[in-house]
Amino acid sequence: MSGVVKGVFSRDLALAFRQKSELVQPLMFLLMVVSLFPLGVGPGPETLQRIGPGVIWIAAILSSLLGMERLFRDDFQDGSLEQIILSGQPLYLVAGVKVLCHWLVSFLPLLVLSPLLALFLNLTVDMYVALLVTLILGTPLLSLVGAIAVGLTVGLQRGGLLLALLLIPIFIPLLIFATSAVDSAALQLPYGAQVAIIGAMLMLAMAVAPFAIAYSLKVSQN
Amino acid sequence: MWKWLHPYAKTERAYQLCHTLQPWFWGISLVCLLVGTVWGLAFVPRDYQQGDSFRIIYIHVPSAMLSMSTYVAMAIAALVGMVWQWRTAFMAMIAMAPVGAAMTFIALLTGAAWGKPMWGAWWVWDARLTSELILLFLYFGIIALYSAFEDKQQAGKAAGVMALVGVVNIPIIHYSVEWWNTLHQGATITKLDKPSIAPEMLWPLLINLAGFAMFIAAVTLMRMKNEIIRREMQRPWVQKMAQQHAGKRHAL
Repeated sequence: MSGVVKGVFSRDLALAFRQKSELVQPLMFLLMVVSLFPLGVGPGPETLQRIGPGVIWIAAILSSLLGMERLFRDDFQDGSLEQIILSGQPLYLVAGVKVLCHWLVSFLPLLVLSPLLALFLNLTVDMYVALLVTLILGTPLLSLVGAIAVGLTVGLQRGGLLLALLLIPIFIPLLIFATSAVDSAALQLPYGAQVAIIGAMLMLAMAVAPFAIAYSLKVSQN
Repeated sequence: MWKWLHPYAKTERAYQLCHTLQPWFWGISLVCLLVGTVWGLAFVPRDYQQGDSFRIIYIHVPSAMLSMSTYVAMAIAALVGMVWQWRTAFMAMIAMAPVGAAMTFIALLTGAAWGKPMWGAWWVWDARLTSELILLFLYFGIIALYSAFEDKQQAGKAAGVMALVGVVNIPIIHYSVEWWNTLHQGATITKLDKPSIAPEMLWPLLINLAGFAMFIAAVTLMRMKNEIIRREMQRPWVQKMAQQHAGKRHAL
């Protein structure tokens, strides 16, 4: 079993790093969306500080939706997904590993980029710490829940827009709690409650999502 | 229980059950809606604070409560379909989706109409309104996913997974009033021990609630009959039924 895990893990990482453009494009998109806001709503430092956390979170969700499709698309098209399902290895395990790889290649760079974004939007140190905590807990949740919908839409032609329609409503509660945590941090208030709720949602998703992803992959393979 | 339920996994039996139940649901729903609405809108005394504007709760509260219940019913149907592999359960689920979306829309619309005189704004980003709006989006997503698949069996399963994922939103809507101290009023009738609404105002509301529930059931049964016919068009029992109908019309 550990052989399967290692195999899928190293294969997915190798594939991701050989398609560097696909890796970098969502990040460039994120950077550009964030830099649109100072131009669009005005560059006043107070305004930017006010809207900053929300802007970073919304940009992260949008850019993740762009890259999310990649999660199972190539495997579906070249038939290796079918082989994985037929191989008799536990599919939820493979799905879990693939989601982990997706998080590593698409959200870890985002976390690395986040100080720059915080600087752009004039966040205070307290706000940045809260933002980082919510991003660390929240982005795996995006990967896990997103993968369910990717699994469902992978067999469809042009499922990209549909994917966004399905996922945005499900991501809204996360966005609300995350930005509320950062707002509390801005006012020097405790934000443990919001972080705890995001953590609870993450725990639930970690427990349930791999099975849901496995089921949804089987549905799209029919 | 199992032996009693199991035949309804077959489409023909399910169709017949829908056909038998439908007139009952229609009848009860029309009576309840007529009594509840007329009583609520015309005969109940004015509210001491809100005047006549409060009367919109006779439409708003049932539609809002049932928009959530319909979603839960959808998720239960999806779960039943997945666990016991009932095709009819997925059909029931997708039959409910547009009805639930319509209820959510009615709740949002009547809420906006009530909010304008009371809060001074058509729309406020308060917790309950926002989560109800998300519910509408969830319904739309499920309908869109279902219609994206060619194979309706596969579509039912996919939409079912999405319905189950979205069920997380239901407790958020339900408790949003208590968790966040926002503009929306607290619960009025769902407190079992002592409702904070006067009994003469409560009765028409309960009658309307039953009426809305029966209405949703009736429309769902109608849509489910359609869904069964559309998917089973090639089956002998459907063709036999169609011929009988054609024969009746000929005789007239």
